[in-house]
Amino acid sequence: MLKIENLKAGIEEAKILNGIDLSVNAGEVHAIMGPNGSGKSTLSAVIAGSESYEVESGSIIFEGEDLLELDPDQRAHKGVFLSFQYPVEIPGISVSNFLKAAISEKRKQLGLDPISAKDLLGKMREKMELLNMKKGYLSRNMNEGFSGGEKKRNEIFQMAMLEPKLAILDETDSGLDIDALKIVANGVNKLKNKNNATIVITHYQRLLDYIIPDYVHVLHNGRIIKSGGKELALELEEKGYDWITKEADKKWG
Amino acid sequence: MKEELSEDELLEQVTTSEYKYGFTTNIESDKIQKGLNEDTVRLISSKKNEPEWMLEYRLKAFDIWKEMDEPNWANINYPKPNYQDIIYYAAPKQKKKLDSLDDLDPELKKTFDKLGISLNEQKRLSGVAMDIVIDSVSVATSFKDKLAELGIIFCPISDAIKEHPELVKKYLGTVVPTRDNFFSALNSAVFSDGSFCYIPKGVKCPMELSTYFRINEAGTGQFERTLLIADEDSYVSYLEGCTAPQRDENQLHAAVVELIALDNAEIKYSTVQNWYPGDENGVGGVFNFVTKRGICHKNSKISWTQVETGSAVTWKYPSCILKGDNSIGEFFSVAITNNLQQADTGTKMVHLGKNSKSTIIAKGICAGKSNGSYRGLVQIAKGAKNSRNFSQCDSLLMGDKCGSHTFPYIEVKNSSSQVEHEATTSKIGEDQIFYCNQRGIGTEEAIALIVNGYCKDVLNQLPMEFAVEAQKLLEISLEGSVG
Repeated sequence: MLKIENLKAGIEEAKILNGIDLSVNAGEVHAIMGPNGSGKSTLSAVIAGSESYEVESGSIIFEGEDLLELDPDQRAHKGVFLSFQYPVEIPGISVSNFLKAAISEKRKQLGLDPISAKDLLGKMREKMELLNMKKGYLSRNMNEGFSGGEKKRNEIFQMAMLEPKLAILDETDSGLDIDALKIVANGVNKLKNKNNATIVITHYQRLLDYIIPDYVHVLHNGRIIKSGGKELALELEEKGYDWITKEADKKWG
Repeated sequence: MKEELSEDELLEQVTTSEYKYGFTTNIESDKIQKGLNEDTVRLISSKKNEPEWMLEYRLKAFDIWKEMDEPNWANINYPKPNYQDIIYYAAPKQKKKLDSLDDLDPELKKTFDKLGISLNEQKRLSGVAMDIVIDSVSVATSFKDKLAELGIIFCPISDAIKEHPELVKKYLGTVVPTRDNFFSALNSAVFSDGSFCYIPKGVKCPMELSTYFRINEAGTGQFERTLLIADEDSYVSYLEGCTAPQRDENQLHAAVVELIALDNAEIKYSTVQNWYPGDENGVGGVFNFVTKRGICHKNSKISWTQVETGSAVTWKYPSCILKGDNSIGEFFSVAITNNLQQADTGTKMVHLGKNSKSTIIAKGICAGKSNGSYRGLVQIAKGAKNSRNFSQCDSLLMGDKCGSHTFPYIEVKNSSSQVEHEATTSKIGEDQIFYCNQRGIGTEEAIALIVNGYCKDVLNQLPMEFAVEAQKLLEISLEGSVG
């Protein structure tokens, strides 16, 4: 589904990603872990198409197409979804209106008929239940006055509504208490199927107790320095990152 | 990959979004010579078959105007119009007075269609009574009979002068006196038409009343005069829309609107102003110098809502004189400037009555190389005990070549009143646009969405069918302008 090769990117002079290789197949869950500043959020932003970063070289092939040739909204139409670490406020626009705009646009681009207001509302209600959202939530303005936890839940709600092929969850666990974490993880698990894939970016192993990854990758200085199964996350939890980063620093200098 | 546009290119693209009302209509027109002198005033009055008292009113105004200087305190720059180079009266020629809209000149009908006003549709669907003013005269008023059953008078002011002189004499110039300012004096001397509306005691007007203004003829000024009286315990909602053809020269629009809300009455006055704004180099466009003011008697309420997207230069301060105790004044405004447009707009809330309340919500949006200013005065007199005002002035900037300015004036002369003022300035963030993009919403759409959200408090005040129109107008005005 997703194949990243030798991806190098940064902001102006500063190089942040120094050659990422990553392959994700449908039905898989990949966790990307790593210390602060290792490039985790940059990687997710570059896949989604943020113009804040410049891509120097490499390719991101998604379903046979080079994402780097597409604008962020076109990538979204192809089925790429990013759950933001810091969701943005859009004052005056309700959650339901925002989603209506997003879904209508996606359907239009994909040549599908517009969804009726009734069907849309029905779907919203169903997904709200999945994520234990309170009544009245749909008429609140996008992220305006939301608590940290509400913002994250709102991200997963949008993911549920947009049904992406590839979902990237950037630090979705930060700011969530344990109950909210369980709800969010439960939602993500229910949305998982054999046709979609998830990349979970996280600092801590905690989230991975609830969303079980098939693969764990360790990111350091803009490179994936170690990959393994879910047990790697536990090992990192116990020993920290030093033991691998030191080794990697020797290798890459 | 879609064409990669830099911010500059995107800003430039704004200028290519065309003004869709820029056509002219070939209607034979009856117009007078350019220039302004006493004879011009007499000629206009005689063209309208006016009674003697009206002519005297005009001549007095002309004398006053001659002694006055054009104001230059506003934060706008424009070449002062040559007042001798303007045609002060132009009227589409029509063979006879119309009995119904069906008798309308086919060319005029076509014009209405292009403007998106289908009179029959309007009649059937939305139940909006409409008066249409082209250049200097009112050409069509719908629903007149139905309104008359309720005692509501809704007609061209030129008819009202003849048919209801007692009302016109009693109220004309009482809220905006002739010598109020340069443009009000000019208007009082040469106004040719406009709408007149009277809602009798205890009547709630069952439909929106609306006037559509159109400057068609080249080289003409439009000087309309609107007088709206809501008698005790009555209610009316009124909307005006304005467009003009695309022309290289500047056209002058100097209107006066007077609202009178008697005890317990309520007037809701909404404007969607879309005069031709000039091209991307600032050539052409309408100079919009308008005096709008309402007076509130006891327990009455006047609410101004305006969406200002057009005009090369706007100078406009819809105001409320809160004379009666417990009276309420409201001002909700969205002003968009793009390219080289300039707007100096805001409101005055003059509190005279006890427990009077006012609310001001002003949203400015500036793109291109435009300049937008909010200018507001909140004045609370000594006797206006326990009065309250809340003002909120927000500005949204797009790109780095535009400017936004806020000039709030507050004068409070007693200690029991409360005044609050909030102001913000923001830019549409790249992060907001990226967030929308990531959800599949394209950049243009994202801007429209963000701007609509930003203006929601004001758009919500508009009557439903016009809110939709206003939203579309905002989108057109800002096409391509990414900050």
